[in-house]
Formats: sequence, structure tokens, C-alpha cells
Amino acid sequence: MSDHGYLLELRNVSQVYGSGDQRFTAIKDFHLNMSEGEFVALLGPTGCGKSTLLRLISGLQAPTSGQIIYRGRPLAGVNPNATIVFQTFALFPWLTVQENVEVALKARGVPAKLRATRGLDLLDRVGLDGFENAYPRELSGGMLQKVGFARAMAVEPELLCLDEPFSALDVLSAEALRGDLLELWTSGKIPTRAILMVTHNIEEAVFMADRIVVMEKDPGRVMMDLKVNLSHPRLRKNPQFLELVDKVYAILAGHTQPEHVELGTAPGEPGRTRALPHINIDDLSGLLEHLDNMPNNRADIYALAQELQVNSDELLRLIEAAELLGFATVAYGDITLNPLGETFSEASIRARKEIFATRIRRLPLFKWLLAMLRATDKKQLEWDVIQKALELEFHEEEAERQLDTAIDWGRYSELLAYDDTSQVLFLEPGGAMGFGKAPAVPSNPQ
Amino acid sequence: MSQPPLLFRIAQPLLRPLTWGDGVVFIGLGLLLYLCIRVGLGAPAVIQGPEINLSPSALPYYIIISMRRMATAYVLSLLFSLVYGTLAANHRPAEKILLPLLDVLQSVPILSFLPVVLLSLAAVLPLTLALELSSIILIFTSQVWNLTFAWYQSLTTIPRDLQRTSIILGFNPWLRFKTLELPFAAITLIWNSMASWAGGWFFLMASEIFVAGERNFRLPGLGAYLAEAASRGNLPALAWGLGALIITIVVLDQFIWRPLLAWSDRFKLQSVESENPTTSWFYDALRSSRLFTWFSRHLIFYPWQRLDERLTRLLSTLGPVRSRKSRLQWLWYALAGAAALVLLYEAYGAGQMLLGLSLAQWRSIVTGLLATFIRVFVALLIALAWTIPVGVAIGTNPRLANWLQPLVQVTASVPATALFPALVLIVVGLPGGLNLAAILLMLLGTQWYLLFNIIAGASAIPQDLKFTTSLLQLGRWERWRTLILPAIFPFVITGSITATGGAWNASIVAEYTQFGGKIIHTTGVGAIIAQATAAGDYPLLLAATLALILTVSTTNRLLWRRLYRLAEERYRMG
Repeated sequence: MSDHGYLLELRNVSQVYGSGDQRFTAIKDFHLNMSEGEFVALLGPTGCGKSTLLRLISGLQAPTSGQIIYRGRPLAGVNPNATIVFQTFALFPWLTVQENVEVALKARGVPAKLRATRGLDLLDRVGLDGFENAYPRELSGGMLQKVGFARAMAVEPELLCLDEPFSALDVLSAEALRGDLLELWTSGKIPTRAILMVTHNIEEAVFMADRIVVMEKDPGRVMMDLKVNLSHPRLRKNPQFLELVDKVYAILAGHTQPEHVELGTAPGEPGRTRALPHINIDDLSGLLEHLDNMPNNRADIYALAQELQVNSDELLRLIEAAELLGFATVAYGDITLNPLGETFSEASIRARKEIFATRIRRLPLFKWLLAMLRATDKKQLEWDVIQKALELEFHEEEAERQLDTAIDWGRYSELLAYDDTSQVLFLEPGGAMGFGKAPAVPSNPQ
Repeated sequence: MSQPPLLFRIAQPLLRPLTWGDGVVFIGLGLLLYLCIRVGLGAPAVIQGPEINLSPSALPYYIIISMRRMATAYVLSLLFSLVYGTLAANHRPAEKILLPLLDVLQSVPILSFLPVVLLSLAAVLPLTLALELSSIILIFTSQVWNLTFAWYQSLTTIPRDLQRTSIILGFNPWLRFKTLELPFAAITLIWNSMASWAGGWFFLMASEIFVAGERNFRLPGLGAYLAEAASRGNLPALAWGLGALIITIVVLDQFIWRPLLAWSDRFKLQSVESENPTTSWFYDALRSSRLFTWFSRHLIFYPWQRLDERLTRLLSTLGPVRSRKSRLQWLWYALAGAAALVLLYEAYGAGQMLLGLSLAQWRSIVTGLLATFIRVFVALLIALAWTIPVGVAIGTNPRLANWLQPLVQVTASVPATALFPALVLIVVGLPGGLNLAAILLMLLGTQWYLLFNIIAGASAIPQDLKFTTSLLQLGRWERWRTLILPAIFPFVITGSITATGGAWNASIVAEYTQFGGKIIHTTGVGAIIAQATAAGDYPLLLAATLALILTVSTTNRLLWRRLYRLAEERYRMG
């Protein structure tokens, strides 16, 4: 037994992908303790390593450094006391509902007769009796996830890991299933000692968990660890509930920083390169227009999520973009449109593009990109060249996403053009002439 | 959901009357028994040695020995694929060697191997055994690569969450193979088996009709029967032989492949019901048949279940599947090193042999290559000229498609090599002679791939786009240029790649043949290979085979790959 009595401990866990110049730290010095009886939600932006953490905890993957301790013993290989419920359900489409549940028992060597009765009992408990001979394709998303839960329960896990289990479901089934899971959990009908749920839905975390661990990205680490002292069943209109949601939004949205901090540095220079939030520009316009119609051009971020019908992850990215481009400021969980943002949202399509162009020219990543392009003879560069340069700052997938976003923004503002066939990026004639001095340009490949 | 009480559900099947399916099964069993007896009683005495008996009553026997070759080769290629694909997918070092090797082997014109394999086997084994083996090896090489690739690709594309689930649940290797890997790969394995089997016919026929000068390399079988019938100008026998071939192919399709496909619908990954699943009357008959249900339960299902339980228990003592990291890495490197040494030694020997070749011989190889190259492309052009308009017409017109599809399928299923003797019979008197026959044979082998691909491409054009071109009142040429040609382009390219591969293969049998006791041949690399085999001229055989392989892989890489990439990136719908 552990000296602290924790069920699960993560000590200094780091996960690094790639090697050499392209090393990328997904998770850095992560600490987490979980006791029996706890329901912990892991919350954070896309790419903060939440799902990696689940894989580490279940033993699917070993960390680069640090220790994962389960019941006082370091974890080696797959944790037999833990299981995962996946967002994609991960059911075998060629097995019936019952076979899907039984296969978990079969792997543990349970004899056929016992398997059948246990399988039926489990399906009964999640309310799927009568569907045991159905194939997954015959069921709706909510029912599929019930099978997922039944299968997870079959192995009687002490630690139940949930990887965004409700995000592939429609609103109503998700809500129903959340209630079902909470009932199983709070009634103590299942042998599960602790639940760890990864989610990017803030309300969901507040609704279900006893403790919320908020993560930040680049690199992924704990930003805040807060208790939820509300009794079940929780009501979403409850002022304390709303206050907590507001608080988490405020943590995740942060405060608008002074400009030089907010903008970061160019790739290849010392300091952190600010990643461009991957957003759709029309969605950003929509957000700004919405704020423009609000009294005092101000809104509570948590309330926006409901008004605009977007998920919290997407909303936070839009807000980040608005901040980065200097259209709005964020403080204490509120977002306020500033005069520039107001002008943008009221401008014509042409004028919007011009404003957007002047704003993105200030971003170090764009300055760097434009300077690189200007430094070449034909004012053009291949995608791969830029991607390689970006990979010094970001991991491969993120570098690709950054370039994608940069091209999208560049095309919108008519600064850049891109030919998909030849995969060449070039300056739009007259697009970026004479602005800014060329920053450090990486060595030019022939 | 209302569910009938358990009691009644159990009682139900016992009350079910016999169905039409039972009739089908019953009649089928009877026919099968009769056929076995017929063949067993009638045949062996009439078939001795390489002499081919042209009486139709000998046909069932020929079909059976041909089928035996096919089946043996198929089982071997399936086993090989499972092992090779699994190694490539699960062991990093192995993957680095096995995958490029697979890629090269896949693009090599297989038929060019036949002479080499034949001669080398004949040197060490009795002739009949060598013939039998080389035929099986040839069919095996034609069937194996796409199966292996399909299995490898399935293994590497299993959705991550399903893989993780099987690790988390602690599946042992058997359970993993049975519950995850095999079902996931089932559909593509069946499709590729069908393709392999169809390709196998081509090579079976080729190996049975292959002649090399005075040496008698003839294998008894359906192909030899057809060749002999044509050579003797025996038209009724030719008709009998072709009829028997078509019937065999249709029977296999209806009684084996279609039921398998219909059955495999359950392995589809998508979570919605498929819109038009493959149907098979025979499968429906079996499923509704009580006789068959009883048989399959007692003879297949229960024993299978027992085996499954036993294997699961046996293997669970070994513990769950470990991660992909292999502890046997050094073994792989050692094996690869040894293989490399052997190859180097062999390459040295081959180099010595090639150096002995005269300049004139090299020149003849180049001329031959050029001649064959021109023939291949003429065949492709002719094929394109008629398949594009016809394919588009069929593909865009569902009523025409319904009507023509089965007809085209049956025609296409006849391996081109089986028709070759008949072709020679027809064109041998015409000007151009064998030259024309060679092009025709290539055409026969190539056009169907193209036609099927173009039909598929044309029928995939979205209705909305067709409406749009009508609304815009585009002229006929404009419509072709803006919509139809770009839409079918990827399909034309895919079809052309397979088609030219088939055409190169065909050159080996097409450019050099025996007719009415005479050898006739034309200029071409295929003829050189066949001649070299006949004369036992190993250096020339090696040089010509290598040159052919090199040419084909180079055109594949330089021309087809690029076009394919262009097609994939620019013209793929959706």
C-alpha cells in the first residue's frame, strides 16, 4: 500500500515525441494524485495532451520520463485494473452487443456459461436488455456508448478512464447518458473506485466531476486544480454552478496580455512563438458581430457558449484569435469588443479584408513568413520548406496546422496566394510590399 | 421494445417447414455426388501423359486438374500472405525490407518468370512434377501479392481505438486475430481473393498452353485442351472447351464468391446499414435451409467453438499481446544480412552470365522491347478508344447498366489466354498474322479492366453535376471536357495501370506459339524469352527477362505513378 493511500499518482511525468531539432514536448512534469472515490475531470484546449495522459495512465504507452504509480506500485505494461471508454465507442462491428461485452470476459478466461449470464446482467444494468442480439450498426450513438460502458464494467475496473465519452453523441443522448453514469457511480452499484474523464466541455466537467484539473498546452501541464463542492444532482441554473463554469472559462480564456507578450516572437528567435489559433474567419466575424450587438460590447464568456451554440473548445479558440488580432480584450471571464473590433464588424467585405491584413502583418509569425518570401527571387516558397522551418517550433502536426491557418488568413487578407497543385506559397502582387523590416531569415535553400 | 417470451422463441424453428433453400441444398448435394462418381469412373484411363484427349467427356477431368492447381496455389498464397503481411505489419525492421520488396514484386510481369522457373525445376525434378510445380508457382506468384498487400494494409489501418481496446481488454494473439484482425480484413481479403482467382485463370491457361520449341512442356488441363483443339482446327472441341470454362467460372462465382461476399457484409465497419449490399440467391438459400443450418451448426459452428475455446485458453497462458517493439530485432538483421549475402553471390553469377552476351543479342533485346512496347500501347489505345464511350454510356445510364453488366462480367471473366489459341486459328491466315493476334490478345486482356473502371467512374458522377451541366446548356464537347473526362480520369488511369501490366504479361505467350505443328513467332521480347527457353539459352533468357522487368517497372514509376498521383490529387471526386 502506498504511504499516501492514493489510488493513482503521476510523478514528474513527461512525454516527448520526435527527436533532435523536431523534439516536441507533449506533456511536461505532470503531477496528479487521485484517491479512491474521486471523479476527476481533465479539461484543456485541443492538443494539450489530455488523451496522451489517459494512454499513459492505462499503460497503453510508457512515459518518456517520470513515474506512474498505481496503488503504490510503479506501472509496467497495461494496467489490468483500468479500462477506457472511447469517444468513438470502439465496438467490434461484427460482434453482437452481447458478444461485444462478452469478449472482455473471454480475454480474461471466463468460461462460456458464466460469460453469457454476466454479459446479460451487465446489459440489463445499462438498460439494454432486449438488444443483446443486435449489431452495433442497428443502434443509435447513445445506445452504442451504453454498450461501451457495459463492456468497461465487465472487467470490473477500479479505475475507469473516459476519453470524451459524450462528445460524439447528440445533445439529448449525451445528457441522458451522463445522468445514467452518475447514477451508477453515486449509488455505488459498480466496483469502480475512481473515474478520470477527459473532456473539452466545461459544463460537462462541472456537472459531473468532484475535481477539475485544468491543463494548458505547449507543453501540457497542470494550470489549476479545483474542487467542485456541489452535491448531486447538480442543476445547471444553480448560481453556484454558473459561477464555477464562469470561473473555469476565466481560467482557460486567461487575460489579455500586454501586446509584446500576446504576440510572442518569430519562429527561430528566442522566446515562444505564438501559435495561430486554428479558426474559420467567418466564425470570427460572427463572434465579433454578436459582441457588437451586445450592450457595452461586452459578454460573459460562459454565456456566449450557449448563445452561439458552439462548444467551449471552439469558442475559446475564437476568443484567442480575437485577442491576438487586437479586436477584443479578455479579463475576468468577460470579453469586450474594442473600437477596432467594432470597426471590423461594421465594415464592408473589402474594408474588413484591409483591416485584417494590417492586423496580421503585426504577428511575428506572419512577419517572418512574408520576409522569407520577399527574400526569395521569385517571391515564392514551397510548402515543405516552410513546414520544415516551422517544425523547429511546433511538432509536425501542429506545424502543418499552423501553415494551413496562415495560408487561410493570408488568402483572406489577400497577402498570400497558394497553389495547391505545385504546393507553392507566394506573395500576392502588391500584397506585402514595404512593410516591416526583414527579421532573421533562416538560411535559404538554393 | 417488445420481445416474445423466451419459451416461444426456442420452439419456433422446430415448427418451420422445409424451405426452397432445402430443395436447393438437396439438389446441389445430389449433383455433386453424381459428378464425383462420373469423374472418378470415367476419366483416368483416357488421360495419360501429355497427349490431350479432345472428347468432351474428358473435360470434367481436365477442369478438375486445372482447378486443383488453382486451389493449391490459392491456399498457399493465402497462408503466405497471412505470415508475410503480419511480419511486415508488426516488426519494424521486417517492414523496411518486406514492403519495398512487395512493391517491386507486384509490378513485375509475372509471366516472364515462367520459363526461368520451368527450366530450373526441370533440371532437378522429373518433368511432370516440374511442370506441375512451376504452374503452381506461377499461379501463386500471380495471386499472392495483392492478397499480401491487402492483409498488410488491413492490419495497419485497423482503427486505433479498436486496437487500443484489444490491448486494454488483454486479448491474446489468437483472440486478437479472430476478433479484430481477421474480421476487419475479411471484406478486402474476399475481394482480393476474387481478383487473385480471376488473375490466376490467366496464368493457369498461360502455363498450360506455353510451348517452347521441340521440348514438350505441355501440362494437361483445360488450357492445353483449348490449345490442342485450336491447333487441330477442331471447332466443336474448341466450343466445348470454352463453354466448360465459362460454366466453371460462373459456377465458382455463383456458389463460392457471391455467397462469401454476401456473408461478409457483416464485417463492414461503417455503423449504418449499407444501402445495397451484395446479394446472392445461393447464400439466401443456404441461410433459409434447415438442412444446411443443421449441418453448419454441427459440422462447423460447434467444432469451431470448441477449437476457439481451446485456443483461447491455451494462448492465454502466454499472456496478452505485447507492444509492437520486437525483442527479436537482431534476428531480423541477421536474416536480412544472410539474405543479402546470398543475393550478392547470385548477382555476381548473373553478372558473369550477362557479360557473356554478344552485342547483337543485346541489340535484338532492345528491338524486341521496342516492338513489344509499341504493341502494348497500340492495344491500350484501341482499348481506350472503345471503352471510354461505351463505359460512359453504360455508367451514366442505369437501365443500360442493369442489362449489360452481367453480360460484360461473364465475357470479361474468360481469361484472355484461353481465347488465344482460337484467336491464332482465326488470324493466322490474315496479313499481319501473329502480330495482329498478339495485339488482339493484349487487347482482350486489357480492355475489361478499363471498361469496368470507366463504368465505375461514370456512375460515380454526382447527379447534381450532371444537372448543372444541363442547366448551363453546355455543348456535348464542353460537357465531356468539363465534367465527364475529369471525372473518369482517375478511373482510366487505374484501369490503364492494371491493363498494361496484363498486356506485358500476355506478350510472353502471344509472340511465340505453336500452331498445327509449326512454330510461328514475331519480333518482340516475349518471343526472345520463349525462344531462349526453347534453346536452353540461359544467358539470353536472363538478359531478356531482366530487361523486360526493368522496362515495366521503369514505365510504372516514371509514367503511371505520376499520372496516378495527379489523378488522385486533382480529379478525385469527394
